Amino acid sequence: MAIKKFAVACYDDEEVLFPAVKKVRNSGYKLHDVYTPFPVHGLDGALGLKETDLHVAGFIYGITGTSTAVGFMSWIFCSDWPINFGGKPHWSLPAFIPITFELTVLFAAVGMVLTFCYLNQIMPGVKKHVFHPRQTDDLFVVALEINDHTNEAEVINFLKSTGAVETSVQVAESEWWFGRWDKKEPYELA
Amino acid sequence: MTERFEIPARLKNTSLALIAVGILVLILGGVTMLGGHDHHDKTRFWLVLLQNSVFFLLICVASVFIQAAASLAQGGWIVAYKRVPEAIGANVWVFGLIAGAILIFIATGFSVDGHNPIYHWVHPEGDKILEGKKAFLNKEMFIGFTVVTIALWSFFGRKFRALSLAQENAPKNSTKIYWTMLKWSAAFLLVYALTQMSTAPWLWIMSIDAHWYSTMFSWYTFASAFVSGMSVILLFVVFLKNNGNLELVTKEHVHDLGKFMFAFSVFWTYVWFAQYMLIWYSNIPEETTYFKMRQHGPYSLIWYSVFIINFIMPILILMARPSKRNYFTVTFMALVIIFGHWLDFFIMTMPGPLGKNWHLGWYEMGIFLGFAGLLIFTVSKTLTKSSLVPGNHPLLKEAMLHQS
Repeated sequence: MAIKKFAVACYDDEEVLFPAVKKVRNSGYKLHDVYTPFPVHGLDGALGLKETDLHVAGFIYGITGTSTAVGFMSWIFCSDWPINFGGKPHWSLPAFIPITFELTVLFAAVGMVLTFCYLNQIMPGVKKHVFHPRQTDDLFVVALEINDHTNEAEVINFLKSTGAVETSVQVAESEWWFGRWDKKEPYELA
Repeated sequence: MTERFEIPARLKNTSLALIAVGILVLILGGVTMLGGHDHHDKTRFWLVLLQNSVFFLLICVASVFIQAAASLAQGGWIVAYKRVPEAIGANVWVFGLIAGAILIFIATGFSVDGHNPIYHWVHPEGDKILEGKKAFLNKEMFIGFTVVTIALWSFFGRKFRALSLAQENAPKNSTKIYWTMLKWSAAFLLVYALTQMSTAPWLWIMSIDAHWYSTMFSWYTFASAFVSGMSVILLFVVFLKNNGNLELVTKEHVHDLGKFMFAFSVFWTYVWFAQYMLIWYSNIPEETTYFKMRQHGPYSLIWYSVFIINFIMPILILMARPSKRNYFTVTFMALVIIFGHWLDFFIMTMPGPLGKNWHLGWYEMGIFLGFAGLLIFTVSKTLTKSSLVPGNHPLLKEAMLHQS
């Protein structure tokens, strides 16, 4: 949680956004994030984001589900409450498979959704600073992290030269917070 | 953009050597097994031919199926190496002729002491179950279905290739043939559903154990054939790539084929287990005998190896993204999967007629190698006949830019 200063540029076209992101990355300014109204194909590559490890987490959750199901059913049917089902052995693996499969899927799915929410900082009640109200509508917003030593006019001119239709300098919370929206108000005044 | 393929001498010699091995083994087998008096040997001779010819035929038809499915879904990714499934599909008739001849001979001409050890429904007299199935399981139906099925498959295999070649010579940016292909694809899917996914495996393989039946059987056979078919396509793609051809194919395309091999290995297991579990659960004697012989009887080693090779190995080795993008692992897994599903077909066909007198020896392996050689030889010959890049295809650019 830190209050930081941002230079914000808004673009109205995907075609302008890609070269602009490239220029920003080459310019040496620190890119905070890019906000788009819809998933833009190839933007993760342009931003140089690394491949997510979410699927590794998914595998671990899945294995946990598998072992939970097999372990729990084995314990129930062999030791806790053994029942004779049609003369079949107590430890009847084929009968356990469907439930094992379902639990594997359930654990992997729920675990991955929660992990995804954690990685993307989205949860009910979690708030993040909105750089531009139209970033969920029709504008592509690029936020650069700057500090007190940065020449603001130079950054703004640079962003305008990349094709930004709107620019601004904002002081805001850079991470997420839990609670109410009005937390950001005092910092914008600062 | 055109790209010609010339068969390297090494590939040609290898495939011819494999065919020679197959023919030699066939002759040796004919002399030692058909010449003898042991009726198990005679059955083994024909059963191995049946297993291999049907296996290779179904693999080739899977290539026709993937073309039809990809055309209907308007999938661009396959276009980069479209010539490979086309070439395999165009040779369906070769394997169709062989399989058809073997199947029809077994149903009509093969008999030991007055009964047919492989298709014992040929003489249903006195057997209540077989007499009940007589309306479907009889020689006329068998021959009719076999001839029509193989003729349709061969026709569609050649038709798809002809359409694709016509596209190459069509005026630039013309999409007429592309839409024609879509209509033929829809027709083929219907044919495929009524043959591969229902009647053909019932008649050719399931009727070996004529007293037993399973409604999952054709799906299960399809899964086997499809995953091995994708592996065969992958082997050809990797070979061509190593040979310096198929410039447009990148790791992205190989990754997609790897995904198919992985996904359909899991699908095969799903169908395999669904068929097994229902029978295990209900525990009806006339159904469980089928698995009794395979799981606990003389075939139990193969039964468990099939499960390990076709499920455990693909799921552990192919699950990670880097391994699907690595030429070595996908090639290795393609070979493993083809062998595993060949074993699966082995265990579908052998137990009924042979019981505990089965062999997995020089004859079985030799015939397998012979068919593999024939596949390599015919397909590579077809590949030389046209450019390896399906020029003028509307989705070619999409295929080049493909990211998986």
